[in-house]
Amino acid sequence: MTVVAAENGLAARCRGLVKDFITAGVSQRVLHGIDCDIPLGAMTLLVGPSGCGKTTLVSLLAALLEPTAGEVDVLGENLGVMRGGEKVRFRGKNIGFVFQQYNLLPSLTAKENAAVPLIINGERRLRAFEIAAEMLRKVGLGDKTDSLPKNLSGGQQQRVAIARSLVHGPRLLLCDEPTAALDASSGRTVMELLRDVAIAADRAVVVVTHDARVYSSGDRMVVMADGRVTATLEDRAQFAEIGKGEP
Amino acid sequence: MVWLALRMLVGDPVKYLGILFGVVFATLLMSQQVAIFVGIMKRTASQILDVHDADIWVMDRATRFIDEAPMLPDQELYRVRSVEGVESAVKLAYGQLGARLPDGGAFRTVTLLGLDDSSLLGAPSKMVLGELKALREPDAVLVDRLGYGFLFPGQPMVLGKEFEINERRGRIVGICEASQPFTSMPILFARYSQAARYFPPSRNLVNFLLVRAKPGFDLGPICRAIEAASLQGPRPLAAYTRKEFAWKTVEFYLESTGIPVNFGITISLGFIVGLAITGQTFYLFTMENLRQFGSLKAMGVDNWRIVGMILLQGLVAGAIGYGIGIGLTAVFFEATSGVPALTGLGMFPGLLLGIAGTILAIVVLSSLLSIRKVLFLEPAMVFR
Repeated sequence: MTVVAAENGLAARCRGLVKDFITAGVSQRVLHGIDCDIPLGAMTLLVGPSGCGKTTLVSLLAALLEPTAGEVDVLGENLGVMRGGEKVRFRGKNIGFVFQQYNLLPSLTAKENAAVPLIINGERRLRAFEIAAEMLRKVGLGDKTDSLPKNLSGGQQQRVAIARSLVHGPRLLLCDEPTAALDASSGRTVMELLRDVAIAADRAVVVVTHDARVYSSGDRMVVMADGRVTATLEDRAQFAEIGKGEP
Repeated sequence: MVWLALRMLVGDPVKYLGILFGVVFATLLMSQQVAIFVGIMKRTASQILDVHDADIWVMDRATRFIDEAPMLPDQELYRVRSVEGVESAVKLAYGQLGARLPDGGAFRTVTLLGLDDSSLLGAPSKMVLGELKALREPDAVLVDRLGYGFLFPGQPMVLGKEFEINERRGRIVGICEASQPFTSMPILFARYSQAARYFPPSRNLVNFLLVRAKPGFDLGPICRAIEAASLQGPRPLAAYTRKEFAWKTVEFYLESTGIPVNFGITISLGFIVGLAITGQTFYLFTMENLRQFGSLKAMGVDNWRIVGMILLQGLVAGAIGYGIGIGLTAVFFEATSGVPALTGLGMFPGLLLGIAGTILAIVVLSSLLSIRKVLFLEPAMVFR
């Protein structure tokens, strides 16, 4: 699927987004009519207490879940009208992921891990390795391209994951608690790296986090509670206020 | 994605070796047991299959297998010779006798084939020592190479050795190759007139009539004609082609002995244990990689490609395990080729194909659980 440029400057737009989960026959509403915009060229922090629906929202943005009601437009495309295969291809080409637990393939080297999205999208293997090695140099791991994940620190593994998430040039990067498994120093490094290499005029970065230490890295903040967006902040000074309430 | 699937597979050496072990175990056990089973069953008919120069075997209709053939009256020979399409028909005496080695030596049961004096139809096709024509000498017998070893263990092969058959003298004038019989006993060949002196006195000594068909005649109609002609005589006859009679003998052993059940149990165990080991290890391998598979799905790998990856992993492990297992079976048969009891047993193309099909079934069944798990995996789980 060819993605047209989002004319409104938005990477994603949610309107009236509702998501119910059925557990043991009981329906539970997790998102209650979310309206939310994700602009290009900025890092949007999605914050809120555990269980407030952040991960569900980001899964809907990634077309990994189907909304119960409402609409999600990503990069100008309405995900609701896409078929299963189209969604998979759309995701593969346009969305990058950074996971809390890195989710690197343990048997692949850093370079090979970083090359996976390119190979999924049909790039020749050797060419994919070249591009991946270049991306690893950008994230400061030029000397670790042939290292296995088990030989890398947590911060280094997350940097490999960031290289993997960006290697195929996605226009929406979704990061789920990227610093949660890291110490403060490594967390700061990862967030700085995301700012340095991920943010671009035609790319949006969404970071799901409840790590108040990294709030200063964001450009915008969408605050959630109980399945609703309670505030959208664009002033970093206000981010700190939200951080004071976090555990 | 082929590369990725294979790197994932070999990236966990313990699981990979576990999967291989399951396949190797199943392949080795099944191929070895099937080869031995088929070899033993083939041995039951080996004396029939060794007779290449007769087209049709004629016998009493009550015959169920080669070792249980009632005697035929001599006149049946002439009746068969008169059937249209029969070029020639000769007598064959067949039975088991006792042989005593010289100087009060060991007593051995031997299988004796009494061949037509004139044509020697049914004689062995390959001589190891001596010549077939020597069979026309007084007291002459041929013995098969392995049988010679049973009669004279550890002794070099020489001609002229004498022993008693049913208290009458026999002299080895030739050593030949013959397929091993079911009971691993020596096989002796003699002229019919010579054999008649070895068998206990009886009005009739003929068990079988060996028939050669005229060129251009189909064997089936000749068999039916022989059977029809025999209805005019005192006993109805049965006539079979060489392969038909061989199968009849094999079928008797299949139906009347516990051999197929015993081998069947072992072969089934090989399948079940191989499936259990392979399936369980493969499932554990998939479960440990579930998050990685979820990530791949999130990153744009669709279900069909995931299924392809898992099947490829299974097929590659299956192919390597199959190769090792078949190799080990070949080594086993090569190492035991000198053991008389196992002589002639070995693998054959049908076995290789059959075991390959069975291993394919094990691999596919083992993959199914893993495939199901991954297919129903929500990619959103990578965020949990």
